[in-house]
Amino acid sequence: MLAALTQLLVFQLLGEVVARWLTLPVPGPVLGMLFLFLALALRGGPGHELQATSQNLLQHLSLLFVPAGAGIMVHLHRVADEWLPLLLSLVISTAATLVVTALVMKLLMPAQAAPGAASGEAP
Amino acid sequence: MTPPISEIWVYLSASPLLGLTITLLAYQGAFWLYRRSGMNPLANPVLIAVTILVLLLTLTATSYETYFAGAQFVHFLLGPATVALAVPLYTQFRRVRSLLLPVLAGLVAGSLTAALSAIAVARLFGASLPTQLSLAPKSVTTPIAMGIAERIGGIPSLTAVLVIITGILGAVGARYIFDAMKLRDPAIRGFAIGVASHGIGTARAFQVSEQAGAFAALAMGLNGALTALLLPLVLSWMQ
Repeated sequence: MLAALTQLLVFQLLGEVVARWLTLPVPGPVLGMLFLFLALALRGGPGHELQATSQNLLQHLSLLFVPAGAGIMVHLHRVADEWLPLLLSLVISTAATLVVTALVMKLLMPAQAAPGAASGEAP
Repeated sequence: MTPPISEIWVYLSASPLLGLTITLLAYQGAFWLYRRSGMNPLANPVLIAVTILVLLLTLTATSYETYFAGAQFVHFLLGPATVALAVPLYTQFRRVRSLLLPVLAGLVAGSLTAALSAIAVARLFGASLPTQLSLAPKSVTTPIAMGIAERIGGIPSLTAVLVIITGILGAVGARYIFDAMKLRDPAIRGFAIGVASHGIGTARAFQVSEQAGAFAALAMGLNGALTALLLPLVLSWMQ
């Protein structure tokens, strides 16, 4: 676990440095994900340890959003003045984004790709 | 002689231990409920844990800064977890490559819909211009979204709140929308969730299937980059 965690941090560091150096609009960790992906492609896949550690980390990805989510208490008053247009906009726009993205993909799906190959349930 | 309880509270409220511990406790309680509900999206663990924490902090008059001094250790792991998304992405890459056209077209259509429909609805219901612009990057992961809001004339801290609410809305509502559309493919479901509701949607997708999670992670990364590049351009054309 320690070696895998170190690897992840090294790639994050690499991503942060490159993002800042080239002043890219993408955050360091997202760039680090891209770099790790390229490394995996070159190396022919993750080792057992990296596989297990990332699986553990991602299983509880939602935990990691909780501290930032609680930050809503500080800024909630900003929402108060215009809560109705904000709420309508968020609900309608999020639903529209889900529908449009899914419809466009479905229309362009190659015919031979069996939907849901192997895995059962979906979110 | 034991010290009075208020003295212990003074110690605890100044140490990061408490913030970290209540974060983990609130999340585990929330996750237990989520499990008990059969992973029902309505029992979203982020939503429940955040609600518990906000109530707790408000009741004990604890400031968010004090809380975050402890919770930052959990928050920090978002970085390495984002990097770790490369692993499922690699595992699922064969399917991603075979779906290049639907993925890219879905990305562009979804990215534009997310930003423009948010502005349009807010304008229709009379929101101010800075509010409309703060809404535009709401489907993008927080650090990118705040940067975009700043550049286009929105309010970054308002955007941060809207991003989180959007994530929760997508994670809670997506299943019902996809089921109504009779859409079963986990690649499409995952990708659409990732475009519409970034990391919080991606977390939900991973809890359901690895394939959906990998496509959601891909969508989150691509939509962040595309929106950052495209939205300032689109808005300047519109003016």
